[in-house]
Parts: sequence; structure tokens; C-alpha cells
Amino acid sequence: MQVTVTVNGVEYTKEIEGRLLLVHFLRDVLGLTGTHWGCDTSNCGTCVVWMDGEPVKSCTVLAAMAGGREVRTVEGLANGAELDPIQEGFRQCHGLQCGFCTPGMLMTCRHLLDKNPDPTEGEIREAISGQICRCTGYSSIVRSVRWAAVHEAASK
Amino acid sequence: MTTVSERRETEFEDNDQKPVGFGRMLRKEDARLLRGRGRFVDDVQLPGMLHLAILRSPFAHASIVSIDTSAAEASPGVKAVVTGETLKGLGLAWMPTLSNDVQAVLATDKVRFQGQEVAFVVAEDRYQARDALELIDVEYDVLEPVIDVRKALEPDAPVIRTDLDGKTNNHVFDWETGDEEETNRVFAEADVIVKEDIVYPRVHPAPMETCGSVADFDPVEGKLRLWSTTQAPHAHRTLYAIVAGLPEHKIQVIAPDIGGGFGNKVPIYPGYVHSIVGSIVTGKPVKWMEDRSENLISTGFARDYIMRAEIAATRAGKILAIRTNVLADHGAFNGTAAPVKYPAGFFGVFTGSYDLKAAHCKMTAVYTNKAPGGVAYACSFRITEAVYLVERIVDALSYELRMDPAELRLKNFIQPEQFPYTTKTGWVYDSGDYEPTMRLAMEMAGYEDLRKEQALKRAKGELMGIGIAFFTEAVGAGPRKNMDILGLGMADGCELRVHPTGKAVVRLSVKTQGQGHETTFAQIIAEELGIPPADIDVVHGDTDNTPFGLGTYGSRSTPVSGAAAALVARKVRDKAKLIASAMLEVSVADLDWVKGVFQVKGDPGKSVTIQDIAMRAHGAGDLPDGMEGGLEAQICYNPSNLTYPHGAYICVVDIDPGTAEVKVRRFIAVDDCGTRINPMIIEGQVHGGLTDGVGMALMEMISFDEDGNCLGASLMDYLIPTALEVPDWETGFTVTPSPHHPIGAKGIGESATVGSPPAIVNAVVDALKPFGVRHADMPLTPSRVWDAMRGQATPPI
Repeated sequence: MQVTVTVNGVEYTKEIEGRLLLVHFLRDVLGLTGTHWGCDTSNCGTCVVWMDGEPVKSCTVLAAMAGGREVRTVEGLANGAELDPIQEGFRQCHGLQCGFCTPGMLMTCRHLLDKNPDPTEGEIREAISGQICRCTGYSSIVRSVRWAAVHEAASK
Repeated sequence: MTTVSERRETEFEDNDQKPVGFGRMLRKEDARLLRGRGRFVDDVQLPGMLHLAILRSPFAHASIVSIDTSAAEASPGVKAVVTGETLKGLGLAWMPTLSNDVQAVLATDKVRFQGQEVAFVVAEDRYQARDALELIDVEYDVLEPVIDVRKALEPDAPVIRTDLDGKTNNHVFDWETGDEEETNRVFAEADVIVKEDIVYPRVHPAPMETCGSVADFDPVEGKLRLWSTTQAPHAHRTLYAIVAGLPEHKIQVIAPDIGGGFGNKVPIYPGYVHSIVGSIVTGKPVKWMEDRSENLISTGFARDYIMRAEIAATRAGKILAIRTNVLADHGAFNGTAAPVKYPAGFFGVFTGSYDLKAAHCKMTAVYTNKAPGGVAYACSFRITEAVYLVERIVDALSYELRMDPAELRLKNFIQPEQFPYTTKTGWVYDSGDYEPTMRLAMEMAGYEDLRKEQALKRAKGELMGIGIAFFTEAVGAGPRKNMDILGLGMADGCELRVHPTGKAVVRLSVKTQGQGHETTFAQIIAEELGIPPADIDVVHGDTDNTPFGLGTYGSRSTPVSGAAAALVARKVRDKAKLIASAMLEVSVADLDWVKGVFQVKGDPGKSVTIQDIAMRAHGAGDLPDGMEGGLEAQICYNPSNLTYPHGAYICVVDIDPGTAEVKVRRFIAVDDCGTRINPMIIEGQVHGGLTDGVGMALMEMISFDEDGNCLGASLMDYLIPTALEVPDWETGFTVTPSPHHPIGAKGIGESATVGSPPAIVNAVVDALKPFGVRHADMPLTPSRVWDAMRGQATPPI
């Protein structure tokens, strides 16, 4: 079947099988390999992207379901050479180590800050609770989000 | 030794522009990882690349009667279907493990654990490869499995390893350390003896990225390129040379970015070999990427030690001796990744941080119908088990003596003047000053106030527990005279080249999986050579382009490779000094080194920078007589001893008396790893390890039913902490350098995983004191804590 998906503002039309998962469409068909695949039961969240502005686990969405929708991935976060504040927060506060969960975490945290520019520690932990990180122990991720919140507030 | 508590305010301080050396520096790695531009194995796309999927055994123990692959071969997109019989013809059906046992690459005679590799398919895409697996028809004759390790050596137990000549039982090895007679004598004279049966259950490192590889065999060049998730690329290359019969210079192993390793990516798995065979057979690049369930069911597990621990002491609380008996479950093939002469790893450090009169351990390892493994998940070669044993049994003793567990530990510490200290099991601890580390943790925790709060809560029937663990680690394997893996000495190479304009590239034999080597090794070179870290590129993971060495595990990168990096920089500096003396026309003795600059003594205005020297080394003009051009050096560092970092951990838990749910309220971790290269990265390492501890202590377990079905083979059942199960970590540090290490640095990466489980379990047991609980085994899930509260604690199976 044919599907047309807009990813990070670019429209792609591709011939795909109906069963193709969105995560594999992004990675294998479009070559956008920032989005990762870490489990087979929809628990880990390394595959989180946005579909029409909402975070989804792209391993649990068919590519066909993204037809006509707007998808945003980690590759669409930075503005050229300039990192999004959430990316800069992760860098400043050491919110990543191996970097495998990072793209999914960034997409969820960006969404959180868009909805709630001043989240508490508890709200941040709740927001990322659908995602597993094996390296950081989460404290530095919480601090990264706070860093981004503080710096975004200061720049407004 | 200095004691400084870490301050939270410095958290956001940006030292990124710091020109040289040790200290908080933001990571070089982050730029690509934050943009989705990391390069992990599954990101590798090669022209014509095919995909591989593995058919796995549904049974724990069964003879293979027949395999029919005809329907699979006819399935769309399928290029090859390979069974054990095919591999047997090529002499590849079995491969050596890191413990000198053998492991089936594909099962031929029978399957020995659920999830074992039986056949594989190579197809045009990963979906087609999976489709074809469904069409392979295997007829099994199911055999009785050996699941309960306690019954594996019974005379009528089924024999698992019928492939081994003359094998009539499931015994793997016996191992012993310490002085049995002396230990028994000390026990006979002790006032108090406490005994506990302690299980360290089977868990799994479960890195977020699973294992995988892309094999590309070029028949024209006769060269194999293998991208793979390996923590030890050079050791893997040598093993592939042995297995596949290809010469080493025709094998290039490339470990790109790795999405966490945690020991899971040290062994060679059949899937890697499958991709190589698949590429040779099809003439195309072949990718293998396992899914999460395959990772959990078939790759290296961790722990699985059944331990009887006994401690002897005086009534006044002087610990005299520890003895232990261990039954080790190694699964169906002994694939333990440990130095050859250490089949039980470094379990011998079970005497911990205490000055004992005697110690003894006797261990038996057995085969069961489970996946191979044992050494993984930040264990430092079984030190997780050793520290858990000693810190649990010391706590049980404090309970028996009605003595505060902090006081009991302080009373028995090895004293600073006793270092280097030889333990009763023969380990030579390099340095340590334990009391200040313990005192700092107690101060940060507000220990006295916590005990008061606990007393008040107990009076009201609330369950609060305070757990302490004090550990001594042993990391940095190791001296080549007694440590090797498959005959390869555990030394590590390092090469440093300074380019004409003073930029540099350093090549490592170790391989980061997130621990920040690209940043910290640049810092070591910067500290020694005065070149800014931003001007130093760190190359690692590619066996064609890095010096030989044994890889990253056992927290060995800083102790071994870190030492090599410092020494190779000093070698370059020595040559630079000769060039500087020629440039400044003074004798070498008249030069001072001031971070990046040689200056004439008494005349600091006369100086040359390392960059000036680099240009002279490569440029026109004379060099001192007999000197070659260029500015570079290489080294292979053979450590004289391990490094022995230590730490004091305090955990506070609250238990809901109605649901038995354990909540970790606070966790204070004070670590001492000697000289600190990058405090930010150390803190991150500690946070990650503490989270492992919460997982192991409260949630994680790979268990089996009586038929050998793995009950923890997906993230639906194998529970890993999320942000909601862990507290905001509180860390501190002391600094006791390693005297034998060039920069005084010790390893740190695994300390928190080693030290945190006993602190958490001790806290839970402390909370349950009103119920008379003296020990309960991990994982302390609500149902297991509920049972313990009712005096029905059972060991996990």
C-alpha cells in the first residue's frame, strides 16, 4: 500500500506493507535512525516520537496509521546548529550516557514543557514513567528538564 | 586523604571551557547523541544487506529428532536457512566460551535451555526472516529438565552435557579459597556464630539496546568486517579467528556506539557467528538484531549464587572469621566471562572491609537447563555476590548482638595504616581510609536523627528501615602474570599521536558503552600534555585502528587503560622535552613543565608550547641527534595490582504495612575512587548503579517454572525501575588515591551496583525487625515482603 507521511516538515510518499511498524518505517525506510527500538512489549519508550503533536510509542503504531499525519522525531528538534533548550538541558546536566533512551526521552520531555512550562520533580518523573533508562538513574534527567524550564522561562 | 562533601550548587557550573585536565567537563559524545546522530549497530545499512532471524527452542531440554526447512526455504525473500547439521559440516556447530567450555552455535544433538538457537533464516528484510521461522518444522523428543540447582547433582538427575566426553553428571567445577582448618578453629572459639542462607537470584543486565551485528564478508579481499555490540572488540576478533578459521588481519571488528553494555556484551553469542556464516553463505552483508525477549531469555544472565554464610565474633562485636559455602548455577554451558584462573571471579574478596583472623569459601558450580552467563550486570567478576554476602551477614550479626550496624562496622574496619592489606583469602588491597567515608555518609544522612525518627515511627506501628552497606571493590583486571582471558593477558594498549598543529588523537583498546571515555580519556591526555581536551579525539572500538587490549568490563578502563593513557602522554612529553631543550638551546635539566609549556628555569619568558614543539617535531629544522621526526608514542600497560575503591551507602525505606510495598525514600552514597577525572561523569555512573540496586533488591528476577519455562523473558515480567521507583540520589565522596596507579585513579563504574543491593535489603530487614525477620531474599516485591512479615519468607526459585 502507499502511504504519505510528513516527518519533521518533509512529506514522504512510500510503498509499504500494511504490517510495517512506524518505528521501522522511520528507521529502515526513511533512514531516520535517531528513534530506537528497545523492547517488544511497548514498555521501554526508546521509540517515542510525536504524531500530530502527541507523543506515541512508534513500535506500537503502524506506519499506515501515520498516513496524512505530522510526525516529529529527535532529528527535528534542533534548529540548525542551535540545540532545542531540552537538548541543551540534557547536555548541561549530564542527562544521558549511552544515548539510547535519549531521543525518546527528549521527545517526551519537550512535549511536557510545551504543556507545562514549570513542571515539578514529581510531574517530570510521572511524565517519563513510560520510559526506561538503564544508565542515568533518572535524577540527572529530572535536572535536565528543570534546566530547560528555567532557561526557557528566562528567555521569554 | 581529603574529605570533601559534594555540593549540589555546583551542579550547573559550566566548566566546559576549562582548557586542561581533570574536573567537570561536559561530554564530547552528547553532540551527536542528542541529535539522533549516534551510530548504533542497527543503524548500519550496507548495499544489498540481508536480515537474519533465529529460531529458538521452546523446550528447556529435548532431543532434536528432525528439522524440515523446505517450506521456509520456499518462503518469499528467503536466501538461506541454516541448521546445526549445516554448521556441523563446516566444523562450526560449537564454539569455545570465555571459560574454556564449549557452547552450541546451533543445536545439533539436543537443546539445553529454552530460547536456545536451533536454526536461522537469512532473508531480504526482517519481517520476511521472521515469517520464515514460522515455517521451520522441528520435531523434538522432550527430556526431563534440570531446573532446581539444588537437585542438579543428585545421582538420578538427567545429564545435560552429554556432548562432553565421559560426562556422567552436571558438575562444572569445585573451587576453594582461604584456610579451612584455621577458619574452623576460630569458629570453634567464638562467642557468637550467626548463620544465614542467602540467595542472590538470577537477574539480567538488560541494556536498552539489545545485542546485534552486521557481518560483511568480502570474498575478493577475503576480509570480514563485523559491526557488533561488543565490549571487547579485540578479544572477539581473536575468538572469531579461532572459530571461523579466518586470519586475524582479515577480520575487522567494529564496535560503534553501544546502547549500554553492563556486561551483557562481553561474551560471544551464537547470533554474531550466525551473521558471519550468513554473510559467507550468501555473499551479502547480513544483519542480526535480537529483540528484547531474545535478549532476556538467551544472553548472559547475572548472579544465581546460593550461599550459606556464617560469621564468628566476640560478644563485644569483634568479627573473627567468615566462612561460606556456595552453589553456583551456571546454566547449560559455562560461559562465565572471567579470567581463566578465576572460575568464581573475584568472589574471594568476600571478607569485605574488615580485618579478620580467618576466612574460607568452598564453591560448587553446576549445569542446569538455563541460558549461560553468570558474570554480568556490573558485578566486577562476582564482587556483587561477595559484597552482598558479607554485608548481609555482618548485618545479621549486628541484629544478634543488638549492636548498631554502623558501630559494628566502624569497630572492625581495616585501618588506614594497614594498607597495602593482604586479606585472609590473598587479595592485596591497595589503599583505603574507611572511617571518614563512613562518617561522611552518616553525617549526610543525619544518621542519629534517622534512628530517632525510626523509634518514634515504630512506636506508632509504622515500618521504616535504615540500611547500611560498606564495601570494598576490586577492579582493574589485571596483572598478566595471573590474569588472562583465553590466554590473552589482561593488559591494555594506548597510542597517542600529536599532529603538526598540536591537535591529537588517542587510540584506546577499551570500548565505552556510555561511560564517557571519549571525554575522560581526552581529559587524561590534557592533564598530562597540556593540550585542551577539545583538541583531542578519542578513537575506540575499531580493531583495525586501535591497539590490542581486552575491552571494557570489570570497571577496568580507568585502572588499566587510564594508566596507559597517562603513561603514553608522559612518553610523548619526554620526547617533547628533548625537542624543547634543542629549541631553547638549554639543557633538559634547565626546563620546567607548566601544563602545556616548557619554560627555562628562572626565565619563564623563554618558553615553548607543546604546539610549538609538535610543529618542530614534524617540520623543517634539525632535531636532536638520533631523534626520529613526529610526536607520538604507544604503550601496553600491565597493571601491577587491581585498584580497590570503597564506599559507604545508607538507604532509608518506608514499607506500607497494608500492602507490603517498599518505597526507597532516601539513598546516600559516598564513594571513594581515588583521583576523580570527571566528577560529573562519576556521579552519573553512581546514579545508574544505584538504580540497578533498587531493581535487583526490589523488582528484578529471571525465574523458571518446573518445566524450564523462563518466566522473566520480557519487560512485562522483568521489571526495571522507572523514574517513579527511585529517589533523588544523594552522593558524596572522599579521595584516597591508588598508590600504584599513575594518576592515583581507581575504577568506579560498578561500585554502586555492587554496594546498593545490600544497603536496600538491610534497610528492608531493619524495617521488618518488629516481625522478628532476620533475613529475606531478593527481590523484595510486595508479595515476598508480605510473606516475610508473616514469618513465611521463602527463597526465590
